[in-house]
Amino acid sequence: MRMIGCVSPPSGGTLSILGLDPRRDGATIRAHLGVVPQLDTLDFELTVRENVIIYGRYFGLSRKELRCRADELLEFVQLDERADSKVEPLSGGMRRRLTIARSLVNDPDLLLLDEPTTGLDPQARHLVWDRLFRLKRRGATLVLTTHYMDEAEQLCDRLVVMDKGRIVAEGSPRELIGRYSTREVVELRFRDEPSLDLSTRVNGLARRIEALPDRTLLYTDDGDATADRIHELGLHPQSVLVRRSTLEDVFLHLTGRTLVDE
Amino acid sequence: MTAVAYAFRSYEFWLAYYRRVWRGSIVSSFVNPVFYLAAVGIGLGTLVNKSASPPGGVTYSHYVAPGLLVAAAMQIASTESTWPVMGSFKWTRSYYAMSATPLGPASIFAGHQLFIATRILVSATVYLAVIAAFGGIHSWLAMFAPAAALLTGLAFSAPIAAYAATAESDSAFSAILRFAIVPMFLFSGTFFPVTRLPTVLEWAAYATPLWHGVDLGRGLVLGTLGAAAALGHVAYLAVLAAAGLAVGRMTYTRRLQR
Repeated sequence: MRMIGCVSPPSGGTLSILGLDPRRDGATIRAHLGVVPQLDTLDFELTVRENVIIYGRYFGLSRKELRCRADELLEFVQLDERADSKVEPLSGGMRRRLTIARSLVNDPDLLLLDEPTTGLDPQARHLVWDRLFRLKRRGATLVLTTHYMDEAEQLCDRLVVMDKGRIVAEGSPRELIGRYSTREVVELRFRDEPSLDLSTRVNGLARRIEALPDRTLLYTDDGDATADRIHELGLHPQSVLVRRSTLEDVFLHLTGRTLVDE
Repeated sequence: MTAVAYAFRSYEFWLAYYRRVWRGSIVSSFVNPVFYLAAVGIGLGTLVNKSASPPGGVTYSHYVAPGLLVAAAMQIASTESTWPVMGSFKWTRSYYAMSATPLGPASIFAGHQLFIATRILVSATVYLAVIAAFGGIHSWLAMFAPAAALLTGLAFSAPIAAYAATAESDSAFSAILRFAIVPMFLFSGTFFPVTRLPTVLEWAAYATPLWHGVDLGRGLVLGTLGAAAALGHVAYLAVLAAAGLAVGRMTYTRRLQR
């Protein structure tokens, strides 16, 4: 992300952003980028409006122009009522929205968002998603990293799954689900420890079976049919949940369930 | 040209920031000069003036005032280039905000140094005005005393900021202040001629940037400055400042690109 933002030099290979070479034209490229970094870099001593204006000054925009622009952007992220407040008392979601407003001050051709909604409560996340979706509809190009698969599903036309720094899959959310998972998933929970031969008994009921400590997942194209077959086998799970396959299933399938501590 | 324009954009951030927090520094910039000159210059001065050979052959307040003018520049430079620099990397992360825009590490560094330079110039000008009010100006060359203070300040702020850009914690900063800045303040000729020190310490004092700054500033205000001494002082301080600026450019680049 820092390499695309032309902050760190490329560590290898070739990189071209907006048709330019970041090694040579870093400043020119950065002039056309909007960046929402993972950690906010807001200036706490300044007011919400000043944060936007000073940031705009870094791009060489005039103060007069910036005063209008700041009002517009703060309204867009629903912070217009807090324009004269300092940053300090703002909630996490408000700060995130301010960072987004600030990143749009130069009307960027490309917006880089590094985990834009990590740590936000559901209301704040949905508001951020809504604003990002509107930007997308206006024709902006967004590049975003996220650990939330529902976020990727909501916002991305094309996504890349990275594992240990390598690309392991690439495509639209639908394509990836089609390619790496089944249409539906049946989740079984048992009151007691599932008997050892459970997996052998359900074997053949689904395209892929995953036995987890607390539940058993059956990847299948017709969840209801699979659920019926389970009852026919005389199994009585405490709960049976039939759901659509999600990107999360794809992600976990591709990158494994083991905890990776970076 | 763009590099200079970029530096001024970062400078503008520091001005906006200062507009919010200036109240805290008003004491050190405006009240301290008056207090110091009154307490040391007049209070202590009444005792010193009774001695057979007052330093510099002038009233003590006139002797000490230009020294304080320059020493204050050192103090502003060293506090402004320690915590605020590390904080801009680690706490407020405002350097990173700038580095996502067209501004590069060199402009970010230069803009901050420009701001520190402004603080020093303002403080030195206030000092000079107070000295003038005390009747302590002996030469028209005194108008260059703020420039001498500025050069002295940069000889501290640029190297210290260059170091602060590599610091992961602020533990070394108190040590710098305690073991370098405060001893220099006391023993580098601000309050008494270094010739009164034991020989070893006297030579140590000659090596400190503050002594060069104080001797330069005092020579300008009292009109006692020789051309050779002036050149020597300016060269010494300019080399330190230039080296600090060159190294700082590197350390800022390394830290921001990491």
